[in-house]
Amino acid sequence: MKFTPKWTGAALALLAGSVMFAAGPVKLLNVSYDPTRELYQDINAAFAKQWKSKTGVDVEISQSHGGSGKQARSVIDGLPADVVTLGLAYDIDSIAEHAHLLPANWQTRLPKNSTPYTSTIVFLVRHGNPKHIKDWDDLVRPGVSVIAPNPKSSGGARWAYLAAWGYSLRKNNGDDGKARDFVTRLYRNVPVLDSGARGSTTTFAQRGIGDVLLDWENEAFLALNELGKDRVEVVTPSISILAEPPVAVVDRVAAKHGTTQVAQAYLEFLYTPEGQEIGARHFYRPRSTEVAARYAGRFAQVQLFTVDAVFGGWQKAQKRHFDDGGVFDQIYAPK
Amino acid sequence: MPFKKPSILPGFWPALSYTILYLSLIVLIPLSAVFLKSLTTSWSHLWKVVSSPEVVASYRLSFGASLVAGMISVVIGFLVAWVLVRYQFPGKALADALVDLPFALPTAVAGIALTSLYTENGWLGRYLAPLGIKVAFTPLGVIVALTFIGLPFVVRSVQPVLADADAELEEAASSLGANRWQVFRLVIFPLVRPALLTGFALAFARALGEYGSVIFIAGNMPMKTEITPLLIVTKLEQYDYAGATAIAAVMLTASFLMLLGINALERRTRKFMVTG
Repeated sequence: MKFTPKWTGAALALLAGSVMFAAGPVKLLNVSYDPTRELYQDINAAFAKQWKSKTGVDVEISQSHGGSGKQARSVIDGLPADVVTLGLAYDIDSIAEHAHLLPANWQTRLPKNSTPYTSTIVFLVRHGNPKHIKDWDDLVRPGVSVIAPNPKSSGGARWAYLAAWGYSLRKNNGDDGKARDFVTRLYRNVPVLDSGARGSTTTFAQRGIGDVLLDWENEAFLALNELGKDRVEVVTPSISILAEPPVAVVDRVAAKHGTTQVAQAYLEFLYTPEGQEIGARHFYRPRSTEVAARYAGRFAQVQLFTVDAVFGGWQKAQKRHFDDGGVFDQIYAPK
Repeated sequence: MPFKKPSILPGFWPALSYTILYLSLIVLIPLSAVFLKSLTTSWSHLWKVVSSPEVVASYRLSFGASLVAGMISVVIGFLVAWVLVRYQFPGKALADALVDLPFALPTAVAGIALTSLYTENGWLGRYLAPLGIKVAFTPLGVIVALTFIGLPFVVRSVQPVLADADAELEEAASSLGANRWQVFRLVIFPLVRPALLTGFALAFARALGEYGSVIFIAGNMPMKTEITPLLIVTKLEQYDYAGATAIAAVMLTASFLMLLGINALERRTRKFMVTG
């Protein structure tokens, strides 16, 4: 069969018909990173209810979770994600760059850098804080064992690494050499590099290794709830990084599925008071000032800096620090 | 040598065609995809990736630990097979079934269990630590995990051969004046040598590709305890598909050559046994 205009037209008509008369609910696939499992279960239920009352259409949202980089790779390799909600902008950049499924300027399309909620990096320590870990400087003391995943494979670990670097820059008036030295000393105290955030949490919590775990704030609180206040404590440092896990509609996939509109509405829902409230309940820092005020007691006061301000954006940070032969590799290079 | 030796069994051509078809579909095509994918970038980039110090250190660990683990598996596997074949004892059926457990267990579970045992505050690790022996998060831990998954291969290769070997051979040997060591060296060992080699090859090959169990116990420190499969995954995480497949191709080629060598050695010992 040749693709004559007649045939193509017929095929298109058939396709359009099948979309229009498709029975059953609209289906969305949200490809996300590891710690958001519980968050999106609640978001999905709330959004489905709202969408039904607004348009009369049922929407069924599936979730996929895993390490942020791994998830991005799945989307590049063809996992049909209508929306992606990942751990850092660099991973969505990669989808745009390698698979061209969405435009390079995707991050400007939704408010606040396309990040409806934020988080930061905090410390999880053993009950009673036996090593007196209060701030970043305590992590490089000899005899303190720090658990953190490998920044080359974990999104959360990249935030943690940059948080440490940024802290040192702030403290030493922007002295780059001192920051490098500080981060090197910090990783000298890391006895095991897991490949993802969940792996590190297991190492620290289940296997009892290490004095302090560098972790997403929301993961740390989740661990606190699960393990109990009699086993671990959350310590918030004086300065940390504003972790912005962004969201985006995957244009080409959504267009193919005919879900562009509902996918867009789904992400916008995250910015509504209801969406923000659900985020805050799951220990994500809300963008909305009203919701933030209501949950003020939940999040410790901490000075936050952004990747853009201190490192000139993710592309630059990635290239300098985490690419092969970058600063992180040099920390471990043989002398 | 003619292409086909005459055989009284019919069906040579259909059997050969199916063999080639399935080998191609299941083994050759996926593996050639690895090589093709790695060719999507320049040679200099490929060379830089596969010869970088971190990657070279990982070859050393992966091949070294797999070899050591394979050898340990051969010694212990032979002992286990011997006990299971030659002695009757209560609970033998249970012990026999236990041997296969490492096959069935998801390797991540094995890795987590071994790590919990061997960390400094683990059940075993706490007694080893005062002696200055660290297992978890060292190359030693990698060997422990690889031995765990390799053992059944040796036991299961050697067991049937030992079961087939008549005890009368040994009795005859000792009645002719051989001492126990001579009986083992001159009668039993030559019998099981090909099976031991097969078991070793299987255990070694399995160990080279093992990922799940090692990741947990290795600690994954660059230059020290990163295995090659982990570096492949790390490269993938960085969207360096060509780099990842290049390392995979190096591993594949090296493993293939080593397996080819082991198989040739095995054939030779088998031939030697029949004719000599």
